[in-house]
Amino acid sequence: MATTEPQVLATDVAATAVAAPAANALISVRALDAFFGATRAVRDVNLDFLEGQVTAIIGPSGCGKSTLLRCLNRMHETVTTARVEGEVRLDGKDIYERSVNPIEVRRRIGMVFQRPTPFPTMSVRDNVTAGFRAAGRAAPSRAEQHAIAEWALHRAALWAEVKDRLNDSAMALSGGQQQRLCIARALATKPRVLLLDEPTASLDPLSTQKIEELVYELRGDVTVVIVTHNMQQAARVSDRTAFMLLGDLVEVAPTSRMFTSPSDERTEAYITGRFG
Amino acid sequence: MASTQLHGASVGDRIYRYTTTAFALSIPLLLVLLAFEVAVAAWPALKAFHLGFLTSSAWDAVNGTFGAAPAIYGTIVSSLLALLIATPLAIGVAIFLSEFAPSWLRQPVAFLVDLLAAIPSVVYGLWGIFVLVPFLREQVMPFLADRLHLGDTPLFSGPAYGPSMLAAGLILAIMVLPYISSVTREVLMAVPRSQREAALALGATRWEMIWGAVLPYASSGVMGSVILGLGRALGETMAVTMVIGNRHEISSSLFAPGYTMASVIANEFSEATNDMHLSALMAVGAVLLAITLMVNIIARWLVWRVERRGQA
Amino acid sequence: MTSRAPRRSIRARRARSAAMVALTVVAALLATLPLVLILGLLLKQGASSLNWAFFTAMPKPVGETGGGMANALAGTLMLIAIASAIGLPVGIGAGMYLAEHRGGRLASVVRFLSDVLNGLPSIVVGIFAWQFLVRPVKHFSALAGGIALAAMMIPLVARATEEMIRLVPNSLREAALALGYPRWRTSLTVVLRTALPGIVTGALVAVARIAGETAPLLFTAFGNQFWSTSLTQPISALPLQIFSYAISPYEEWHSLAWAGALVLLALVLVISLIARYVTRSRFGHGHD
Repeated sequence: MATTEPQVLATDVAATAVAAPAANALISVRALDAFFGATRAVRDVNLDFLEGQVTAIIGPSGCGKSTLLRCLNRMHETVTTARVEGEVRLDGKDIYERSVNPIEVRRRIGMVFQRPTPFPTMSVRDNVTAGFRAAGRAAPSRAEQHAIAEWALHRAALWAEVKDRLNDSAMALSGGQQQRLCIARALATKPRVLLLDEPTASLDPLSTQKIEELVYELRGDVTVVIVTHNMQQAARVSDRTAFMLLGDLVEVAPTSRMFTSPSDERTEAYITGRFG
Repeated sequence: MASTQLHGASVGDRIYRYTTTAFALSIPLLLVLLAFEVAVAAWPALKAFHLGFLTSSAWDAVNGTFGAAPAIYGTIVSSLLALLIATPLAIGVAIFLSEFAPSWLRQPVAFLVDLLAAIPSVVYGLWGIFVLVPFLREQVMPFLADRLHLGDTPLFSGPAYGPSMLAAGLILAIMVLPYISSVTREVLMAVPRSQREAALALGATRWEMIWGAVLPYASSGVMGSVILGLGRALGETMAVTMVIGNRHEISSSLFAPGYTMASVIANEFSEATNDMHLSALMAVGAVLLAITLMVNIIARWLVWRVERRGQA
Repeated sequence: MTSRAPRRSIRARRARSAAMVALTVVAALLATLPLVLILGLLLKQGASSLNWAFFTAMPKPVGETGGGMANALAGTLMLIAIASAIGLPVGIGAGMYLAEHRGGRLASVVRFLSDVLNGLPSIVVGIFAWQFLVRPVKHFSALAGGIALAAMMIPLVARATEEMIRLVPNSLREAALALGYPRWRTSLTVVLRTALPGIVTGALVAVARIAGETAPLLFTAFGNQFWSTSLTQPISALPLQIFSYAISPYEEWHSLAWAGALVLLALVLVISLIARYVTRSRFGHGHD
């Protein structure tokens, strides 16, 4: 089936910069450039992230994949001297429009980082509800907080392990548990998109497996974008894969086809391990 | 599309930014205001005496003539004396703590030395009046003058009153030692391992490593720490006021009483009866401010240079 | 690196090295000697003249024995309170600015100037406060004293706060921002909260430092033989009282000065020790 599909989306889109987004695209990126000072870390990227699907971004380190990810929820601009040009449309609405508040964007697009980042001064429960509590105008009741914590911890497949330790410091959890806690924290605000920036880079194989299973579970409900330098991981968890090199988006395709018959020779060189 | 409502201002962020910026600006503002107010207070005296204020030794409140030369001289001599005593000790302590001390001893000794900096100036002064000064008068001064026969040299001549430049220098030495040693320790710690290992690999002994590799690398930072200590010594008030003897005279002898700029102000402020006397005291303060500002800027610059190089 | 020196035998070089190491040990001993002497004498002299009345009684006129420093103690506490009320918020706020604008030009200027301000003699701060706050209204006051001490606290607290906030990993700040926290909320509830033990330590160190200050108070709080808690009246303070008793010619006053010095030092040391304890209990194993 894959072979009969029309030529890869990304290359088509790159040719005509104003291409209409795919029908089921939740986020569509158009002509996106990201800078650190004068250095252009991401060049002219056009890419659609389809609703309910898991998209993996792969590429050698320094290729701009994390930077691209951080442009999707306006985290890139929190670094001094960082700058973005182009469009990122969430549900058709450009999140870089002047009137848009980045805080609102980030509440709808959750993010989890390379290293677990639980807030050290908060309990497990308070960590999970942190974003939730910050979003509301009125403080949610204890019962509400508990309910949302339980829901999010269930979703992050952590409930069974921490249900008796909700009042303990989050720092007492293991690294893998902390990372799933961070996923639960991101899910608690019920975001439509979840960005994962190499979420297993600092974890042991067992914890990695749990996170991968979790990502697999989340598809359908949440649109997931995962940056990884681990091609096997991309192959295991994603529906579509995008390959970046030196700031350019080289190719994007359904994962199964990407790893069997890539259309660009640079992609082929990368996935067959010739560089990176 | 209505589901994706992304607008909204962040008023809180703006308030936060303005508040912290205002607090940060308060520091330069404070410094400018401070310099301005001191200058205003000093202005009548500076206008009346011009540069003569710095060179004249006449300090006569009754006739309204004021010259700060003895106080300036006393400040410089007592501070230099303090550095002369404190610097080798402080660097020795810093080297001991950063290079030789076993790790279980490092913390406690560093703590004790730092404690010296925690003792209030007025407590040093109290100790100075009742312990150091009598000890100098009865033991040290006779010993230096008679036993060592230094009594005829200008430095140690004259009667042993007790309250003296020597007492001020000694007490200042104790007070600035912790400052010099703690900054020196930091600077020494900032010397990269590679510098030490390179020296040791060449077959240097531990001391040769310190003398040949560590100290040269850290030298400008150590210099900075000494100058920081100088800044402290120049402006130290209470302890010096209590032991220096408070006399407007320039004497070559360390046994003779003297004055420092800070102690003139502290000592005469409450008894200053007329505006010119007050203004003269403030003018002494302005000179002190100018000198310590300069010394501090130089010291900070030196320390900053080493720390920056350590990071690079 | 020792090429200028003629080749010495390895044994001579080792001996020299050992001698220099020994010298640094002597330096360490000499440096701690005054501390031991001062603390020892304070304990001996102070404890013998310290009694309950010291804390509760007012000073007595010359010639009458007894009396205490109740007013000076209260004055010192009040001055610390005024200085902290002004100095802590401003200092912490400035420190947060410095930490959040690391490479900024204004931040570099502020950082440098706060170090400079830190190194200025306290007596100059006293002159400033006198000219600025006392002279225009023509009388000394507790408020002027507290503000002078606050001026000394601000740069200290600002630099300590900055250092402590820098220890908070940037990833925590990013995590909060990515969760949709506004910047102010990120800074206050995540970053500041995480750095709090360190900032408390910095604040306590600053309080310990100003608690023993005398020189700025000579021009502002001035001292008061009577009980006062008024902001607009001159107020007594332990260091002021110690000073005036120490330079007096009366035996009873000397022993009160010793008692006062012991209490003042105890106050300063207790604050410093709490400061150390606060840092150790939280950052105990994270510090390197």
